[in-house]
Amino acid sequence: METFLGLDYPTWWFLVVGALFSGYAILDGFDFGAGAWHLFLRKEESRRIALNAIGPVWDGNEVWLVIGGGALFAGFPVMYATFFSALYVPFMLFLVFIIFRAIAIEFRSKEPGKRWRQSWDICYSVSSIMLGFLLGVVLGNILLGIEIGPNYLYQGDGFFEFLNPYAIMTGFTSLSLFMMHGAIYLLLKTEGRLFVKLTFLLKKGMIFFIVSFGITSLYTLLYVTHLSDDFRSNPALFIIPLLTFLAIANVPRLASKKKYLMAFVFSSLTISLLLVLVAIEMYPNMLLSTIDPQYNLDIYEAAASNKSMKIMMIIVAIGAPLVLGYTTFVYMTFKGKVEMDENSY
Amino acid sequence: MDTEILARIQFAFTVAFHYIYPPLSIGLGLILVIFESLYIRTKNKEYHQLAKFWTKIFALTFGIGVVTGIVMEFEFGTNWAVYSRYVGDIFGSALAAEGIFAFALESGFLGVLLFGWNRVKPWVHLVSTIGVFFGSMFSAIWIVVANSWQQTPSGYHIVGEGLHARAEITDFWAMVFNPSSVDRLLHVWLGAFLAGSFLVLSVHAYYLLRGRYEDISRRAFRIALIVATVFSLGQLMTGHRSADGVAVNQPAKLAALEGHFEAKAPADMYLFGWVDKETQQVTGVKIPGGLSFLLHYDFEEPVTGLNAFPEDERPPQVNAVFQFYHIMVAIGMTLIGLTLLACFFWWRGKLFDQRWLLWAFVWAVFLPQIANQVGWFAAEMGRQPWVVYGLLRTSDAFSQSVTANQILFSLILFFMVYALLFVLFIYLLNKKIKNGPYNEEETEDRPLTHEIANVLTPKQ
Repeated sequence: METFLGLDYPTWWFLVVGALFSGYAILDGFDFGAGAWHLFLRKEESRRIALNAIGPVWDGNEVWLVIGGGALFAGFPVMYATFFSALYVPFMLFLVFIIFRAIAIEFRSKEPGKRWRQSWDICYSVSSIMLGFLLGVVLGNILLGIEIGPNYLYQGDGFFEFLNPYAIMTGFTSLSLFMMHGAIYLLLKTEGRLFVKLTFLLKKGMIFFIVSFGITSLYTLLYVTHLSDDFRSNPALFIIPLLTFLAIANVPRLASKKKYLMAFVFSSLTISLLLVLVAIEMYPNMLLSTIDPQYNLDIYEAAASNKSMKIMMIIVAIGAPLVLGYTTFVYMTFKGKVEMDENSY
Repeated sequence: MDTEILARIQFAFTVAFHYIYPPLSIGLGLILVIFESLYIRTKNKEYHQLAKFWTKIFALTFGIGVVTGIVMEFEFGTNWAVYSRYVGDIFGSALAAEGIFAFALESGFLGVLLFGWNRVKPWVHLVSTIGVFFGSMFSAIWIVVANSWQQTPSGYHIVGEGLHARAEITDFWAMVFNPSSVDRLLHVWLGAFLAGSFLVLSVHAYYLLRGRYEDISRRAFRIALIVATVFSLGQLMTGHRSADGVAVNQPAKLAALEGHFEAKAPADMYLFGWVDKETQQVTGVKIPGGLSFLLHYDFEEPVTGLNAFPEDERPPQVNAVFQFYHIMVAIGMTLIGLTLLACFFWWRGKLFDQRWLLWAFVWAVFLPQIANQVGWFAAEMGRQPWVVYGLLRTSDAFSQSVTANQILFSLILFFMVYALLFVLFIYLLNKKIKNGPYNEEETEDRPLTHEIANVLTPKQ
């Protein structure tokens, strides 16, 4: 098999897709988190500040989903096809909520009426909560495996099959992680009374996350044993869960010292490390079959041709510095606490 | 209803709704770049007011365009799994290139475009606007490339058989510059510029008729008129080039566009008509041999007709394809007539006295939109029964594991959401137009001190 710097192309692309989805989870994660807290902020002024904290960047954050989706489509078309058609209902719900969230952000500020704003506030917050939850639900289904039969065809038929207890647990875990992450982001962008209020909310968020994460981890170790096989056969890998625990523990520590920027770095790190864990548990598989392991879909079966992968690597090599360049420019332009002007939401 | 037809309805519905907005974003993007450049060159405040006013409308269209676009990307996986497996090597790389080269550019700079007015220097703001505009143009490149590859595949070979058959890329540039990419891209770009400029024309014509914001509206109307005239004439050429390409690469589609059945005969060109598939007759007003002349500059030269193809390789809805195509052409001609007429009155110095003409422009906003939609329909339905021309049938391309109920559920969901979205869009658009580019009471007949204060602290 053709390799590049010692790794074959499907593995490279597995890393690229993983990196893109981690980037997406970190960036849209704080958006979703900020949105999930929205109804907890009672004052109109606070809600506007919170919205404008993500105002100039949420659309750019969503780009990572589009690029990640495109990268998955290009690199692993078989995975793309099987995955999205198998998890049809949760993805359709995800799309509907992502539409609602976007239009709630866009439309809320366009009318001063109280009822108008209240409706969009609810729409925005509920959508954000559902999006954070659904991402976790999808991840839970990936971890657990789905009913894939011959020819990569999904054989389940349930409308709500995706909503199994384990997926609900992972759903709450991701939602709570994003809420913690989003609260820290909002703390970085606010001051005064809102800032104080958010420090209380962050505490609740951290407790919510640690409890959800604890329950999910315990359940995984006890009942979803196939996920820890890799770790048992290769104890050196235990360094990753260890680092994850350290990263998680560091967030409340830094928050209590009021070092919110570092806390944000560590909540981002937590998101990435958790996805690294998922990647290690899955690799080289992308989808596990609950019918028979011989129908598992691994990266080699799922992959596009080497030629296509090489082209994509060139595209990423040219594109990634550009994307980083203008992302930096936008974040620098709007750095610091939220300042409202007549262009704000 | 079965899965295939539901999946097709869903895709057609979501893409048609999506396609209202990106052309507006591209067209308005161009207009914004022009207004802002003029502001920087002339320092005339009116251009600044225009740029800010149209930015608000731009934001509305852009936001809806983005979210409905995300839906399209993932529908390939959810509803068209076989198709996705088949073309992932090619289609996927175009889609990913769109994300990284185009979408990241436009969405990145969008924040500065919308919220950066008081934060960055005017020229940095202009650069951001250009970034967003170029981003949306680049988006169109990759999306049209991907779609054109479906129309005229090249730069690939087929590996595997049956369910495992798929196209693999052999030559990236041959895929990008497949035989129809460039013609179709130019046609789509110009359609977008027309959608944007006609919206600007419509709104400012309305203000002029109502006697509001007159100075600023005359200025905006003239600029948009230049854009609209240049590109409606240009559209005639890109349209002709596209038709030439279709004749060479997709003869069955061309035959359907004109309702031409006889396998080897000169073809007529219809101004309008009705196709009866059973009798293979078209009733309507025609230029005998017109299509032959258009393609070969000879009224007698034969053109391949539908009967040259096996029954199951012809577009099934010939009349629909014919009608959509002819509506598009008729609208194209109307736009040329309208803009040239306006230019004529402008030249005579009487442009803004022609109230009926201004009214025509108020309503003409719908024409480029309709033309874009029906043009797309003609292109997509003309490609049937293939989803990838000559390679993969639409009836083989949908997701085998998704049930009709699931699609029906999501179709109803999207229908409700999009209906709501559309109502809100129209409501807010209308409101923004009614509010106008600035507060009139404030600007008219106010003391000089007021004016100075306003310059020092720009309000709107």
